[in-house]
Amino acid sequence: MALDVRPTAPAGAAVAPPGRRRLRTRLSRLDVSLSPYLYISPFYLLFLVFGLFPLGYTFWVSLNHWEMIGDHEFIGLRNYTRLLTDDQFWNAVGNTFGMFVIATVPQLLLALLLANALNRKMRAPTLFRMGVLLPLVTSVAAVAIVFTQMFGRDYGMANWVLHFFGVHKVDWQANKWSSWLAVSTMVDWRWTGYNSLIFLAGMQAIPHSLYEAAAIDGASRMRQFWKITVPLLRPTIVFVTIISTIGGLQLFTEPLLFNNGYMNGGSLRQSQTVAMYMFENAFNRFQYGYGSAVAWMLFLMILIFSLFNFLIIRRLAGGEK
Amino acid sequence: MRVIRHRGRFALAVVLSAALAAATACAGDDGKSSDGNEKITLTVDDFGTFGYQDLYKQYEAQHPNIKINERNVPKLDDYTPRLQQWIAAGAGAGDVVAIEEGIMVKFKAQPDKFVDLKKYGAGSLQNNFIPWKWQGGMSPDGSKLIGLGTDVGSMALCYRRDLFKKAGLPSDRDAVTKQWATWDDFINVGKKFTAAIGGGTKFIDSPETYYNTILMQEAGKGSNQTYFDQGNKFVMESNPAVKAAFDETVKMSQAGLANGVQFLSDPWSQALKKDAFATAPCPAWMLGLIKQYGGDGQSGKWDVAGVPGGGGSWGGSWLAVPTQSKHPKEAADLVKFLTSAQGQVAAFKTANNLPSSPQALNDSAVKAFDNPYFNNAPVGQIYAPAAMNLKPVYLGADNQEVRQAVEADLRAIAQGKLSPGSGWSKAVSDAKKAAGTG
Repeated sequence: MALDVRPTAPAGAAVAPPGRRRLRTRLSRLDVSLSPYLYISPFYLLFLVFGLFPLGYTFWVSLNHWEMIGDHEFIGLRNYTRLLTDDQFWNAVGNTFGMFVIATVPQLLLALLLANALNRKMRAPTLFRMGVLLPLVTSVAAVAIVFTQMFGRDYGMANWVLHFFGVHKVDWQANKWSSWLAVSTMVDWRWTGYNSLIFLAGMQAIPHSLYEAAAIDGASRMRQFWKITVPLLRPTIVFVTIISTIGGLQLFTEPLLFNNGYMNGGSLRQSQTVAMYMFENAFNRFQYGYGSAVAWMLFLMILIFSLFNFLIIRRLAGGEK
Repeated sequence: MRVIRHRGRFALAVVLSAALAAATACAGDDGKSSDGNEKITLTVDDFGTFGYQDLYKQYEAQHPNIKINERNVPKLDDYTPRLQQWIAAGAGAGDVVAIEEGIMVKFKAQPDKFVDLKKYGAGSLQNNFIPWKWQGGMSPDGSKLIGLGTDVGSMALCYRRDLFKKAGLPSDRDAVTKQWATWDDFINVGKKFTAAIGGGTKFIDSPETYYNTILMQEAGKGSNQTYFDQGNKFVMESNPAVKAAFDETVKMSQAGLANGVQFLSDPWSQALKKDAFATAPCPAWMLGLIKQYGGDGQSGKWDVAGVPGGGGSWGGSWLAVPTQSKHPKEAADLVKFLTSAQGQVAAFKTANNLPSSPQALNDSAVKAFDNPYFNNAPVGQIYAPAAMNLKPVYLGADNQEVRQAVEADLRAIAQGKLSPGSGWSKAVSDAKKAAGTG
């Protein structure tokens, strides 16, 4: 049936005039060289419209004094110079990096160890491997609300557990260290499993024969881990670190909900991140220009810091190379 | 042949789907114009508790073509930025929006964004409102009527009758009122209470609720302004009312009276349910909130007494129709209905929001209303007479942003994380930043 509707076999092609033939060859060459770009073009076109254009437009806004009502006025880089002397901005930068370090370092180490454990022979491996992904499936809002209750001052579980050890009630939102710790816990809860699965994928690409040879030479499991797994996992570690850096520096929802939805991140801005400060300026104070400047600073921070991390990790994990 | 059959099938499918589409389109048309009247859904945006549920039902019954959809945001602080964005963007806002007194100046500064309600026959309603409430709904140049008043926030103080009794303090509402003529007296009562009860029960809920109460009182006694003067100039530093309210609140925190939970946050409602604070300032609208958040478990435990420092007002709103509404006439009619004397009486019965209409305030249903949740406190008697004598306090365009900045510092002092000595200067500098002048 299907044959019926097909065009007849191109019998005429063989006897086509040379001109048409050359066109055909040229087209098919073009097909080989151009098609791949055409196939990936939808992403880049969408990125142009929804990524690059907003990026550029935000930069334009950041060069203006731009409030919700009334006209905007071009002021050059004055939003940026104001930002550099804004203690609330630097406070947010400090918080963001503080929480990034507290959250990401233990998270990646833990994920690495977890992946190593999951890489062993075990019963029902898929069950356990999927299990570590469960926290990621729960919505971030739900996680944040539950954890915020756990870190409640008066009726929270964390304080209840601590009181058995004679620790006085901690007002988690009131201190920098305690609010950072609480927010970092939420982040780790959600992302450790995800990162460990990426590590696991990387580990499974390492040839098993290396471990066998090492085992025959008498290398302990620990030694195998540090001498084989970690160096060969370098590309994966770089990838995971950069993804975590981007995510960590954009931290927003967890600290926001931890502070009852207030953009200021606590009475003394104890856990306000840069992303929250951006939002506060743009959508609470409605200073779009200034908020856009914060957004661009955040973008630059992520760029620089990712590059920095990339160089460090390449060095640490690659050693000899 | 098969090709043709294919085509035939395709043609059949096209005809069939076209017919189906036409049929559904007809059905849609039929549903729309059942009796020549278009079905209209009016969206009402508000915050907190306005107590309109019964009124909506009543209105829908009287106007079968109208359906009302309320979008409520619990916290005013969350509601304001959303409304600001909708109004600025020219899309997204409801057909009717509630505007609280603390943000009214901000929105009145954009009169072209709101429908002139006089065009829809509201101009003759002046006598239905207390004069200043009517005036408050006018655009700055007095040419347009932007909002019709809903409620006013005349002031009382809610206290836990049972806990006062337990602490050996007078618990009868008149005796309670008598023992705190001034806020310093109030603090002394608080100290006695804390000494007797101790533990997890604090005397006051949040520093910010008391601060706002005292600020509005002090402003009402003097210049009738807070952070900004009538020209929207930042006058927080030179206004004695702000400093007085700030200092009095700090005193409460220093005496260890404050629970310190953030007003209307989850911890606040938990603390309310778990007896973790014994008093809260009660502008009329607060009665509805305590009932809503406290639930049945707190019924009958609270009572209402007079506020130290004599009278005052905090809060109260207007209803307005943004020009972006597609049904301005219907929306304006709904606003007139909800803010009518009878509408205000109904809202009072549901949520205890105190009417801004003299007729409603004099209505026996308001005057004689005892609130069973608050130990049958005669809330009509407590609130209604004071409302007629209230004077409006001018709240500048950036009032809410500044208020939030000062509140955060007061909370930091209550948390013990900011020294009371440096609190005021930090509050001033934070306030300037929030107002965009620092």
